Amino acid sequence: MKFQLKNILAVMAISIVLFSCSSDSDTPVVDELAELTKFKEIANSTHTIELYAHRGALEQGYNEISLRIKDKASGEYIKNATITWIPLMHMTMMTHSCPKSGVGKITADGTLYQGTIVFQMPQNATEYWDLKIDYTINGTAYTVTSIIDVPASAKQRVTTFTGSDNVKYIVAYVEPQLPKVALNDMTVGVYKMESMMSFPVVNNFKVKIDPRMPSMGNHGSPNNVDLTQSISDKLYHGKLALTMTGLWKINLQLVNASDVVLKGESITDVVPASSIYFEIEF
Amino acid sequence: MKKKLYGFVLLFFTSIPLFAQDQVTDTVVQKILKEVIVIGKKTQLYQQQTKPLATVEEYLQQSGKVGMIKRGAYAWEPIINSMTTERTLITIDGMRVFGACTDKMDPITSYVEVSNLSEATITSGQQGGNHGAAIGGSIDLKRNRSGFVNSGWDVLIHSGFESNGNQKIVGSAVNYANNRFYVDTDFMYRDAENYTAGNNQEVLFSQFRKFNISATSGFSFDENKMVEASLIYDKATDVGYPALPMDVSLAEALITSLKFEYVPKSSKIKNWETKIYYNTIKHRMDDTKRPFVPIHMDMPGWSDTYGFYSKATGVFKSHHLMVDLNSFYNRSVAEMTMYPSNPNESLMFMFTWPDVRTLYNALFLEDTILLNSQSSLRFSASVANHFNTVANDLGLESLQIFYPNMKNSKNRILKSISSNYTYAKNGFQYGFGLAYGERAPSVSEGYGFYLFNSFDRYDYIGNPELKNEKASEANAFIGFKTQKLSTKLSSSYFHISNYIVGKPADNMIPMTIGASGIKTYTALDYATIVNTDLNIEYQFDTNFKWLGQLVYSYGQDYKKENLPFISPLRYSAAFQYNVKKFSSEMAVQGNAVHTQYSPFYGEDRTPDYAILNVASSYSFQMDNSKWYVKAGIENVLDAYYSTFSDWNTIPRKGRNFFLNISFGL
Repeated sequence: MKFQLKNILAVMAISIVLFSCSSDSDTPVVDELAELTKFKEIANSTHTIELYAHRGALEQGYNEISLRIKDKASGEYIKNATITWIPLMHMTMMTHSCPKSGVGKITADGTLYQGTIVFQMPQNATEYWDLKIDYTINGTAYTVTSIIDVPASAKQRVTTFTGSDNVKYIVAYVEPQLPKVALNDMTVGVYKMESMMSFPVVNNFKVKIDPRMPSMGNHGSPNNVDLTQSISDKLYHGKLALTMTGLWKINLQLVNASDVVLKGESITDVVPASSIYFEIEF
Repeated sequence: MKKKLYGFVLLFFTSIPLFAQDQVTDTVVQKILKEVIVIGKKTQLYQQQTKPLATVEEYLQQSGKVGMIKRGAYAWEPIINSMTTERTLITIDGMRVFGACTDKMDPITSYVEVSNLSEATITSGQQGGNHGAAIGGSIDLKRNRSGFVNSGWDVLIHSGFESNGNQKIVGSAVNYANNRFYVDTDFMYRDAENYTAGNNQEVLFSQFRKFNISATSGFSFDENKMVEASLIYDKATDVGYPALPMDVSLAEALITSLKFEYVPKSSKIKNWETKIYYNTIKHRMDDTKRPFVPIHMDMPGWSDTYGFYSKATGVFKSHHLMVDLNSFYNRSVAEMTMYPSNPNESLMFMFTWPDVRTLYNALFLEDTILLNSQSSLRFSASVANHFNTVANDLGLESLQIFYPNMKNSKNRILKSISSNYTYAKNGFQYGFGLAYGERAPSVSEGYGFYLFNSFDRYDYIGNPELKNEKASEANAFIGFKTQKLSTKLSSSYFHISNYIVGKPADNMIPMTIGASGIKTYTALDYATIVNTDLNIEYQFDTNFKWLGQLVYSYGQDYKKENLPFISPLRYSAAFQYNVKKFSSEMAVQGNAVHTQYSPFYGEDRTPDYAILNVASSYSFQMDNSKWYVKAGIENVLDAYYSTFSDWNTIPRKGRNFFLNISFGL
């Protein structure tokens, strides 16, 4: 028990430290790679692309990916590239992409580029993801492609389903990455599948949440705030109340702009869980 | 451990034999405003009470102002003037001690033993507010001390047995005193199995085991200056709470103090006493022995208190003044860990008391003015600063789920003022008074997090934004005393604004499996409580005495809804027969039907009951030792009953034979 508490405190302490680091980033000397761990290098004849993520790996679900482009000849990092990317899932019968953002610079004079990709399914023995990165430097176009490792997440972090409007949706868990016993800020991404290659953000919906602890009588928590879309980042934001540590199942309902529930059920005594949900354990 | 205990007892048996003192004092000394229950002024204790080795709670219950909420056979929660722990104040020689259990399974009285104490001073309402801010009243438990008398060694051994629950009691006291130095030590051990209610029904999980060691030592280093150090160590293990879903595997307290006392000669200041103290309590709830638990959980709690007071009394013409400056700093932490059935899952952890620190500083002034030989006026006033901080961030953020704007600290000013007039002449006495007092919410009321109340089956959430509870009080008494007859009727009326209660929160899901919902603490506009008790004693002749007590209580909120734990009409009557060294007593004790119960707080209608107790005692001398034997039967007719204040209406003890033997060497 004490051990558990220590862990929590340690995680909190680390998160405070991390937070204070990022608030220091106004100072001239910036370590762009603080908090980040390199998980992959992809090379072509001219450049090496370094891929970074907070946890040093990708997994099924929403991933924030940072990258740098290193000129093989000069060893310098390129600061003025224009980048696009296409993740592709190679299944036995078909190939498809997934929801993704554009790739942009974090700071104007930095070397780091950043974007997000939602892998709605994991790799398996025969099916895999690869990532194609197209970039242009001073008018010259380059490309690079590599297989990437996307294992299944330990807990459910993304859900794919067909709504009652017959549209296929993907809802992905974004925040909190370090959940606390507190009223957490919660963020998810909501996307729809227009085609095998197009997964745009869905606008003006609502994501209702009902966090529960299945291991303890399926009790819930108070004062959760359903998630609504923010104009700035297009993601859905709300509040998630976690009254204790442990395994929480966040039951979801996706509601469209005219307040129709497209998928998911309210939790009652006879309906202990919704058909769409996330899980977190801490 | 056991080995150690026996060694300890053996040590006392082999101590130097000395003759015990024999003095007679009144059982209940009726001071004008205070009620004093004599518990154990050394050996005299064992002649004065029906059951000398009863628990502290059983002693306190004799007062018409005190009741007990019972969750089992052990650690009853005292209620004063129908008010529970939050609204009352229990101190040990003026020291503040706070229980470490979120479910009130460890009232302060559970950490002391009868052998530690000489008396309990019960004051109603604001009449004894010098130890802290309370509304309902206070009990100060006074430690046993020999004082600087040349009595030399004094050794006393007691043992007791109770048939119901198979309770075994062993105790001893070793005291030494001369005119410069004294040391009082005592030890007591109790071990009880499950008791049976009337009709031979076993009450499962009602066992308990505890021991208590205490020592007090004083040294007079000048004619009028003395220091005194005191210590109590109390440890209970394997305590069952049949009325609750959990038991206790450990309740441990260390209570220490150091006192300096100065008694100036021929000065207007009569006495100046300063004490510093420290106490620490550890409490561990346990559900591992229960057959059906939906989920296993650990619920430990800790409470540490550091405090001091400095109190001076003086006489200026007709004014008897008292000034008391007192402070304490308390830290209360409690946590809960639940173990999922899948061992690979993370443990479920939360703070139920989020490391709440309380810093309390108060100044109390009292002036008793003797108007003439018959009448006096008493005024008191106090002002206190009560400062709470939530020191644990995880706990603070947990509470902020409910109160997003909550700060980590809260400051409160608590005021009280009271006045009394008393008149006494030729055995006739009366008095009346008015008072106003405030109290801060308790740690649970302010900061508790998902505290399950098995009485109304709600999870309770504290409310840090509660206002202070404010009580206006009126009290009066009238008494008449002749050589044969002694009567006293006293009554208190309380009008309590911002009365703190739990209110169901709509649409909130409880955490505890099987709970009905969540209640958050909130304040009612006001509530009214009245308590009246009548005590009568009649001495037929030198051998034969009759005692009677009748108590009436009333408690309703502003909507005329009943409050919880308001006693129905209760009565007791006893015949006592004393001749030389033999004494005998027959007593009846009962309650009327509990009609003013409160379903909202989980109460139901409790039927009336009456039980019959008998006891006899005999003291004799054998060689150099003085023996005292008392035997009796409680609940002679083996009635199956429970009272209004039995948690979840668990039944009380059925017929019980007891035998207490004490001998002084």
